[in-house]
Amino acid sequence: MSKNPAVLRSKKITVEFSGFKAINELDFQVNRNTVHFVIGPNGAGKTTLLDVICGNARASKGSITFNEKYELAKMSENEIVHRGISRKFQAPSVFAHLTVFENLEIAMKQKKTLRSILRAKMTKEEEQKLTDMLDLIGLTSEKDKSAGSLAHGQKQWLEIAMVLMQEPDLVLLDEPIAGMSKQERIKTGELITKIAKERAVLIVEHDMDFVKDYADVVTVMHEGQLLFEGSMEDVQKDPKVREVYLGRKVDADAEVTGT
Amino acid sequence: MQNRIYQSVFSRKIVFSLILLILLLAPLFLSDFRLNLLGKFLAFAILAIGLDLLWGYTGVLSLGHGIFFGLGAYAMAMYLKLEATGGKLPDFMAWSGIQELPLIWIPFQYPILAIILGILIPACLALFLGYLTFRNRINGVYFTILSQALVLVIVTLFIGQQNLTGGTSGLTNFSTFFGFQINSATTQTVIYFVTVVALVLVFLGCKKLVKGRLGRVLVGVRDGENRMRFLGYNPSTYKTFVYTISGAIAGLAGMLFVLQVGIISPTMIGIVPSIEMVLWVALGGRGTLIGPVIGAVFINAAKTGFSESYPDYWTYFLGALFVIVVVFLPKGIMGLVEKLKERWNKVDVKESSSVEIEKNYS
Repeated sequence: MSKNPAVLRSKKITVEFSGFKAINELDFQVNRNTVHFVIGPNGAGKTTLLDVICGNARASKGSITFNEKYELAKMSENEIVHRGISRKFQAPSVFAHLTVFENLEIAMKQKKTLRSILRAKMTKEEEQKLTDMLDLIGLTSEKDKSAGSLAHGQKQWLEIAMVLMQEPDLVLLDEPIAGMSKQERIKTGELITKIAKERAVLIVEHDMDFVKDYADVVTVMHEGQLLFEGSMEDVQKDPKVREVYLGRKVDADAEVTGT
Repeated sequence: MQNRIYQSVFSRKIVFSLILLILLLAPLFLSDFRLNLLGKFLAFAILAIGLDLLWGYTGVLSLGHGIFFGLGAYAMAMYLKLEATGGKLPDFMAWSGIQELPLIWIPFQYPILAIILGILIPACLALFLGYLTFRNRINGVYFTILSQALVLVIVTLFIGQQNLTGGTSGLTNFSTFFGFQINSATTQTVIYFVTVVALVLVFLGCKKLVKGRLGRVLVGVRDGENRMRFLGYNPSTYKTFVYTISGAIAGLAGMLFVLQVGIISPTMIGIVPSIEMVLWVALGGRGTLIGPVIGAVFINAAKTGFSESYPDYWTYFLGALFVIVVVFLPKGIMGLVEKLKERWNKVDVKESSSVEIEKNYS
């Protein structure tokens, strides 16, 4: 489908919550330099998919390989981060009592063992990296404000920046534009396009207009399985997808076709 | 101009220097008895700093710090006891029919070793417990309950092993320290200064820790432990580290306490004192380091003052004081100072680093 090599590959993963299969034998692949959206009705297993990739949930069966060599299923959350996968959660969870700058400082890619943190001193290089990132997300003037005092949209960007500071190969975003204004959405979309030039971005999203505008690849999930995968145009034409959405929501047709 | 004056009056550096100056000059205007009391309060203040590092910065509420304090205190008391008996068996052991000095008492014949062990033993216990609990992700209230259980276990053990620990009456009747009469005014003044120096060193050490990148990481662990995992940190390492440091500081405080009070018994390290320690920190203001020092001295001074003037009612006063603080000063004394500062400056000051009190009880 895409000429880019795979960064993440799952084989027949199953995630169970007390007998209920949130994800059922899913085969799934994310390629480099791709904005990859996952959509599907509620309970399709989208967020669980992100959870199992970043270690927040455990697969009962199957394997997930990252960069062709790392098996994620057995790694702890912090190990997975150091391999190059960072996740942004749905609700903004920036550290309200730290400044914007300090939030980025602790998020930054560095050895995060106690020993190296004890010795850590802000180097010129690090400071430059932080300044560049502030520039990218447009929060330079908010640098010394406490993150708790930011507007909702700014918190979301800060959090995306925190994810990026770890220089990941794969970024996981869970509904990044929820609660954003039209302008903020556009800015976020541009940010995502920009960051996907160097890495894969996997996004769970409900807003079909947003998916249509920025997706390279769209995966439709249904009841823990992959229903369809392709470009947004193909997705909109696919009869199976239409059926799933129509069967669940009255205005789903409008949502899927983006009219 | 006026703003600037207020600002400088309340800037932490000035507060710190002022307090230090008063403490250093205290022997000039306090009676020996009062100086001894102040020294005791300062020993408590040392512990409060360590507790604040753990609770205010890392978000771990321990209701069991009396134990670490007690281990330090007993280590020092064992040495003092042995020096008082001149190497012979302490009286309570003889009464229990023990013939030889028990093995665990032997290292405490040597003062330097006893001092090292007084810090090392509580640190190791904290390291061990912290490693087991935090690694298994026992957090929040569950950890707090566990820390209470620890107090019960250790206090019961100390009371039960009467032939080793002196039981409920604890260890007392000391005579000399490094060969100096422990009750003489000069020795006590020297010990007072040692306590002040220890307080300053512990304060500056902790300040340095939280001013560095570690401080930001600890606040991260406090406010979003899970989020820190997804930033690539292992929070349990950090919590264990701070718990250990905090245990070691409590041990140091315990040693200084015994030197000035001359007795240590299980009731001084039990559940009630352990909870009181947390109140010192809460009253002073969490996450400020200087606040807990003020809180510890203030509460203990109030306690002494009330009990002297109103021997029948002082517990009510103390209770009322706590209620007032919890209801009206959720961020403690330092929170109040911060608020006044803001009012005078009439500008938005960066949110103080202390958190809302309810967070830690949820």
